[in-house]
Amino acid sequence: MATVDTAATEAAAPQRRRLVARPSTWVVWALVAAFFIFLIGILVSVLVDSFGRRWFGGWLPEEFTADWYAEAWDRFNMTHVIGVTVGVGVTVVVISVLIGVPAAYLLARRNFPGKQLITLLFLLPIIIPPITYGIPLATVMYNVGLGRTLVAVVLVNLVPSVPFVIMTMTPFIEQINPSIESAARMCGARMKDVFLRILGPLLVPGILAAAILVLVRTVGMFELTFLVSGPPTDTLVVAIYRAMTAAGGGEARSLISAMAVVYTVTMLIILIVALRFVNPTQLVARVPETRDD
Amino acid sequence: MATTPHAFETLKLTGLGRSFGGHAALAGLDLTIRAGEFIALLGPSGCGKSTALNCLAGLLPLTHGTITMDEKRIDTLSPEQRGFGMVFQNYALFPHMSVERNIAFGLQMRKVSRSETKRRVTEAIALVKLEAHAKKLPGQLSGGQQQRVAIARAIVLEPSLVLMDEPLSNLDAKLRLDMRTEIRRLHQSLGLTTIYVTHDQEEALSMADRLVVLREGRVQQVGTPEELHTAPVNWHVADFMGYRNLLDVTVTESGAEGVLVSNEDLHIRGTAVGGVTPGGAARLAIRPEDLRIASSEDTGDGLIVAEVAVVEYHGREFSVGATAKSGTTLYVRSELAPQPGDKVRLRVDPARALVFAADLDAAGEPVAQTALAGEAAT
Amino acid sequence: MSARSTAGLRHRLAERGIDRGLLMLLPAVAFTVALFIYPFLYGIGLTVQPTAGMQEKWGGGIWANYIAFFSDPFVFDSVWITLRLALPAALFNVLAAIPVAFKLRGKFRGKRLLTTLLVLPITLGTVLTAQGLLIFAGRQGWLNTFLVQIGVLNEPAQFVNNYLGVFLSLVISGFPFSFLLISSYLSGIDPSLEAAATTLGASWFQRFRRIILPLLAPGLATTFILTFVLAFSVFPSARLVGDPTGSTRVMALMAYRSFGEQIDYPMASTIAIMMGVVELIVIAIVMLWRTTLYRGSTGGKG
Repeated sequence: MATVDTAATEAAAPQRRRLVARPSTWVVWALVAAFFIFLIGILVSVLVDSFGRRWFGGWLPEEFTADWYAEAWDRFNMTHVIGVTVGVGVTVVVISVLIGVPAAYLLARRNFPGKQLITLLFLLPIIIPPITYGIPLATVMYNVGLGRTLVAVVLVNLVPSVPFVIMTMTPFIEQINPSIESAARMCGARMKDVFLRILGPLLVPGILAAAILVLVRTVGMFELTFLVSGPPTDTLVVAIYRAMTAAGGGEARSLISAMAVVYTVTMLIILIVALRFVNPTQLVARVPETRDD
Repeated sequence: MATTPHAFETLKLTGLGRSFGGHAALAGLDLTIRAGEFIALLGPSGCGKSTALNCLAGLLPLTHGTITMDEKRIDTLSPEQRGFGMVFQNYALFPHMSVERNIAFGLQMRKVSRSETKRRVTEAIALVKLEAHAKKLPGQLSGGQQQRVAIARAIVLEPSLVLMDEPLSNLDAKLRLDMRTEIRRLHQSLGLTTIYVTHDQEEALSMADRLVVLREGRVQQVGTPEELHTAPVNWHVADFMGYRNLLDVTVTESGAEGVLVSNEDLHIRGTAVGGVTPGGAARLAIRPEDLRIASSEDTGDGLIVAEVAVVEYHGREFSVGATAKSGTTLYVRSELAPQPGDKVRLRVDPARALVFAADLDAAGEPVAQTALAGEAAT
Repeated sequence: MSARSTAGLRHRLAERGIDRGLLMLLPAVAFTVALFIYPFLYGIGLTVQPTAGMQEKWGGGIWANYIAFFSDPFVFDSVWITLRLALPAALFNVLAAIPVAFKLRGKFRGKRLLTTLLVLPITLGTVLTAQGLLIFAGRQGWLNTFLVQIGVLNEPAQFVNNYLGVFLSLVISGFPFSFLLISSYLSGIDPSLEAAATTLGASWFQRFRRIILPLLAPGLATTFILTFVLAFSVFPSARLVGDPTGSTRVMALMAYRSFGEQIDYPMASTIAIMMGVVELIVIAIVMLWRTTLYRGSTGGKG
């Protein structure tokens, strides 16, 4: 990566950039390097631990084994937990897209009295800490008898997901020229046709990006799920947390590592699928890719 | 393509108006459109011409007035029920559909049979000369080609009325001229009734049968290109029609052979247009091509003395900007190129020097009171 | 407006933007009201229905929970503990991300790989990060082993089960997020502005200080708020890699303790609501500062 070109600032200089970098460059690379050392260290040490036996100090465990995975499956019913995790994730994605996209369309296209209030209403669940509304929400869930059910897990996860879909889709819809819709209507298309034949296909990339983000967030969502789920309805993160904090000092470290690896692999599969469709920068903000110089 | 059967005889707009939360973007538009006409709505940006077009299309609900087509009220119909075609400024092509599928879209919406759709799409593509690009996506076409697709998409439906919203303003100058001819050719060969919105007076004059000049939501004048060119009804229209020299003057005398007007720089005879009274404030309008540099033998009355400031080469002629005593710049056409700093004397034919009332109301009618002296426009 | 309005009530409402199309908003609004606003109000209601035990212990009738919150140092200190953790972490994430985003803008080979790698921790989640930190940075972990072997440390240092552990976990999950956000804000600034400043004789630092930073500042404020929100609601890592009885006894933990362990829903709601209040105060301060900044086009495509 020595050919980094910061040339937006030095576009005038035609020659290759000097490899003798300024101190600021060193600081930046040191930061990035430190970050990656931690990141890779964390990932690899969990991976090694999950296959290791008797790892006390030293660089590597004394023995390697795949037993921890077998034990995780035996003790924690991992197939069921993964099933719950993926099932909850997909359900939340489908519902939040169905509810969120029409609302995003309206916010992007129309002006009406109270629009700012509605926008604030959708913004609040994103900025307020999950615990703050999660605890009263969980109390309500237990009161109406939904505690520890899958329905409750899905419902609490929808609370931040629906606004999230609205907030990511609104700018996406705004960038589609409204006269394309007008043109379709002038061609004789009814509103239903406009949505199915014109907007639908144009919105697919945005919906995919939003859906993937919601899936990643839901699978990774600890706080809300934890408040309403019970052992049979735990998602993977919650199951790991329970194993780590179980009374009596928690389960064997390597067993938890094995579960964590399963979690990471699940996430990676989602991520790899996701990155086939969307650019990582678009995951957090819908700003077009840097222009070509 | 077969000649379009006209779906109507006359389309009548009565008192058309649209306001946005109290602000009237368009008010009191009355117009009767006959089948086969090419009408241009002309005006500066924000004058309400696009609002008028969108109301006609049904994309914006009306707040005032009615639209009737041969005695049938259509302003309550939704856009897709009116059966009009529309061409947009930014083309508004469906980016995910090929040229063919863009053009076929409207026919599919109208449940036209597959073979008929195919035949008509092929015809429309041939009409706009895009045979080589039928399978391409809009993103792969140039601006001019995209606009041709948009036109084909609108006319393939054989609409009773084609609405065009500044269709050429995103194209470069040369392409604009070509497309202008193209649209005119299509209009003449297909006999399509067309309403064309533009801010370019030259475009409107060269294409339309009749022009409607709008300003701040109100109609200023309706007329043929010639009427508008030679006889604008007020100085707003004159300003827009290329009367580049607009000077504030006082009327000193008014008689049978015109009025005498004067200010610091000049004392000349002109032709009064509507409500000008002696002693009142008025606005003198002269086209640059009607103002000439007088020869040295010319020693009569009514000469304006000025000093040449800017000379631009315009092909066969020079455009000269000359500063008069008060500092006002006068624009003149000249076959010879004077030098900046030269003193020149300018002359205008009194018949071509139009004198308008200075103060106008929203509809462009003169205001009796001469109160708003500071309202001098651009 | 001389003509009588021919429009009926429907048209007049349509002029103001009210028509049947608004029904598309209904599911989302109904949903948010039912699952967010209602429980939230219910939670606020709960705070003034303290349990008998709380009333007995703290007095004050229906306000017993609030009295407990403000006067029980064990509970109230968690406000400062949370802020001491979340504010520096958010600040670090934003400040560290600025130079990195600045260096890495523009196109270069491997950029997509690098950004992809940076997105990874967002998907790791706090629980896995915690487990990894415990192993990697624990007393017998690779980090300590390495530092001892090269002689930087004499004996293994304590990186986890304390404030530092939680801080590290917040940086690992928050830094990529703020990097990506700032990168996208940066790409929204028209490069020709900087080129213009260069032609006017501005140095590298002047360009950054006088052109980029003012245009970037509103984006930085937003980024700070979002990373702060992430850090503020830290819960699993505070429990797992922190010192949950001491320096990382954050508000979320206290709220959960009341909810899950003491089964005192009213007190749990009180702490949860107060947590929201504290967070909104910090956000309001940042927003207030943000309104003093330049707001408008940054000239780019953003």
